Amino acid sequence: MFAFIVKRVAQALLVMMIIGFIGFAIKHNFGDPVRDLVGQRVTPEERAEIRERLGLNDPFFVQYGRFLKNAVQGDLGRSFFFKKPAMDIIMQKAPATLELVFASACIIVFLSVPLGIFCAIRPRHWFSRFTMGGSIVGVSMPVFLTAILLIYVFSVELGWLPSYGRGETVTLFGWWKSGLLTADGLEHLIMPSIALSSIMLPLFIRLIRSEMMEVLESEYVKYAWAKGIKPSRVWIVHAFKNTLLPVITVGGVQLGIMVAFTILTETVFNWQGMGAMFIESVERADTSLMVAYLVFVGFIFVLVNTLVDIIYGLINPMVRVTGRK
Amino acid sequence: MKRFHSGIRYLVLLALVFAALVVSGCADSKKEETKSEAEKAETQQQAETTTSLTVAMDAIPVSLDPHVQLSGGMLQYSHLVFDPLVRWTQDMEIEPRLAESWEQIDPTTLRFKLRKGVKFHSGNEFTAEDVVYTLERLKKSDDFKGLFEPFEKAVAVDSHTVDLITKKPYGLTLAMSTYIFPLDKKFYEGKDEIVKSGPSFANENESGTGPYVVTKYVPGEQLVLNEYDGYWTERGNVEELVVKAIPNAPARVAALLSKDVDFIMPVPPTDMKRIEETEGLKLTTLPGSRIITLQLNQERRPEFQNQKVRQAIVYAIDNVGIVKKIMKGFGTPAAQQGPKGYAGYLEELQPRYDLEKAKQLMKDAGYENGFECTMIAPNNRYVNDAKIAEAVVSMLSKIGIKVNLKTMPKAQYWDQFDARSADIQMIGWHSDTEDSANFSEFLVMCPSKETGYGQYNSGEYCNPKVDELVIASQSETDMAKRAEMLQEVERLLFEDAAFVPLHWQNLAWASKDNMNTEVIVNTMNFPYFGDLVVE
Repeated sequence: MFAFIVKRVAQALLVMMIIGFIGFAIKHNFGDPVRDLVGQRVTPEERAEIRERLGLNDPFFVQYGRFLKNAVQGDLGRSFFFKKPAMDIIMQKAPATLELVFASACIIVFLSVPLGIFCAIRPRHWFSRFTMGGSIVGVSMPVFLTAILLIYVFSVELGWLPSYGRGETVTLFGWWKSGLLTADGLEHLIMPSIALSSIMLPLFIRLIRSEMMEVLESEYVKYAWAKGIKPSRVWIVHAFKNTLLPVITVGGVQLGIMVAFTILTETVFNWQGMGAMFIESVERADTSLMVAYLVFVGFIFVLVNTLVDIIYGLINPMVRVTGRK
Repeated sequence: MKRFHSGIRYLVLLALVFAALVVSGCADSKKEETKSEAEKAETQQQAETTTSLTVAMDAIPVSLDPHVQLSGGMLQYSHLVFDPLVRWTQDMEIEPRLAESWEQIDPTTLRFKLRKGVKFHSGNEFTAEDVVYTLERLKKSDDFKGLFEPFEKAVAVDSHTVDLITKKPYGLTLAMSTYIFPLDKKFYEGKDEIVKSGPSFANENESGTGPYVVTKYVPGEQLVLNEYDGYWTERGNVEELVVKAIPNAPARVAALLSKDVDFIMPVPPTDMKRIEETEGLKLTTLPGSRIITLQLNQERRPEFQNQKVRQAIVYAIDNVGIVKKIMKGFGTPAAQQGPKGYAGYLEELQPRYDLEKAKQLMKDAGYENGFECTMIAPNNRYVNDAKIAEAVVSMLSKIGIKVNLKTMPKAQYWDQFDARSADIQMIGWHSDTEDSANFSEFLVMCPSKETGYGQYNSGEYCNPKVDELVIASQSETDMAKRAEMLQEVERLLFEDAAFVPLHWQNLAWASKDNMNTEVIVNTMNFPYFGDLVVE
């Protein structure tokens, strides 16, 4: 078991190195951040001088070496625009994104589980057909379209919900700005989290439904029926518990994807998180911040996947056995 | 089965640990929450008694240091927190602000009488020394030193009289004084370094004489300003001004339509009709002064050296149609660089679109069968930039010129532009000095590293007569004579088809209809929010 964990962690580190290299290579070829720092009338000579001061004229490998050396110490460079270390900016913006992902995950869990179970148990019920049909629409509608529709209906036409921003926040632990503890913050959270969950929710309903239907066909469920156990107990304890495992695995991967999807949602709702920050840093050619974001999100991906793998390995030793081959 | 159970036990354990974390976090936050509720009640009470206004812009200032960048956004900010010596009115006259009066005492010296009794936000008194200090600092700024190159220095004659001395006679000394926003010398001195991409005192602190004081600044997010109660003159009635950055245009419009913000700028052309038709909102527009042009590179493309080919291209492009269809009427078709109201403007130069004439010119030039060339344009810099470029491609195909167009985001565009990587390149320009000469200095004078002229002349157009006239106009202090020279420049460029003029972008602001938006805006796009009155 220990060897398995060490191996997974080593693989994760290698992936991080590769992400760092790709990110840095993009940075090097992306554009000139100085262009966005100065006005149009600054001469090319003066711009070159500023680039020199920022160390942007050094050869690729000199810059990459410096980047790696600093990255190991947790320093991912300095954002040209914010005039602060990139990591500080990301840590300042991360709570907004993570809260949004958390709220969406809650919506997904609380809706997909009952709906998925219901659709598996009563596949021919009109409500099941309606849900399955609706989920196809949900999957095929892009997030930003959902978001714009929500804004136009609930903010512009009805005036019920605020159209942008995070609303009022409170500070926890001295640095985590949370919108989850104020009424205003929760009100602002409703539409973005619905928009973000709209992509994943149908997927999970379908996944739970199909897994559950398979389990319901299995021998031990038939045996449970034969023993005359209460239907609710068969469904929840016997069937659903065994549906959960693949769902958790997929969920882990999807969580990472959801962090990436916040880019669109945050831009439309002007949600001050990492996603909107990333798009803006691309527009400003704030290359250091771009790389830092890629590395940070890559890190979340790798961390979640590694954890899922390790947990799965603990649960099902077969995985470890095949991995050793 | 047993294995599954042991796995679930792990999960339960994990969930418990997480729950414990959450509970401890909540316990911790309880105090915070009650405290914040008290704070909330307090701010609510304030909100009832103060006039607060929320403005959404595409970007907020990049720093609190007004000299760190020369851009529209920074000048908008300067008008809120600082105050210029003089400023432009809506009809392009100059009105006194911190300078009460001025007088040309010799060809190179302009003497200003400064207002007495003006105080900075720090409480320090405003004197001539502050003007001297500010000009010195401007000359140290990477962005502003080019603009202030003609200035020798400022000299304090007495505590409230200051002389601006130029190296040579200079016709734009007064116009350039609209850029001098005096900084508080005592406040900044000793910690006044201008830092572009790192922390500095001036990046985070301010002391100006302007109508607003910065109370909160979150880079890239918001700027909160409060009324400065020691302001030297009458002001509007907005006591708290919150400036929010909403870069996404549809989101900005939605925020206004849903009444979440009171004022937005800029307004995308696609949503103007909707705003105009919405009750309780109003749209204010003015003709702008940024010209959108195409440059034809004569060094890369021998065909473009032929005056007839250049003229054919100008005749083939229907820029009036572009304004009508693509810009939805939100622009002014152009045939010269400077807009109406500028010194060099010539009424008689009008857009010329004549496809037959264009074809004839191509024939005369010996390119009846046309040729192929490349073109680049940005796709997120000017209003509808990529769409305009596409329209140009189809218009040029009608005279046999096949154009291979590439559009790209501005982050990549400027490198390509500087490298002169295509035969036709798009550029927009707003004159820093609100004067015609500025366009020529950057866009059409012979490119030269030594003099710095023609820095953005990717057409490599070079006409000694134009250069001569523009340089002579710089030291001409007789404004009528100067205007004549600049008009001559525009006429030469027109006849020569030195570049392809498309249109001047208009400007638009949208707000609730209970305020005097139309009075505070201007063609430079520096709304004077200090004068804003909300009923």
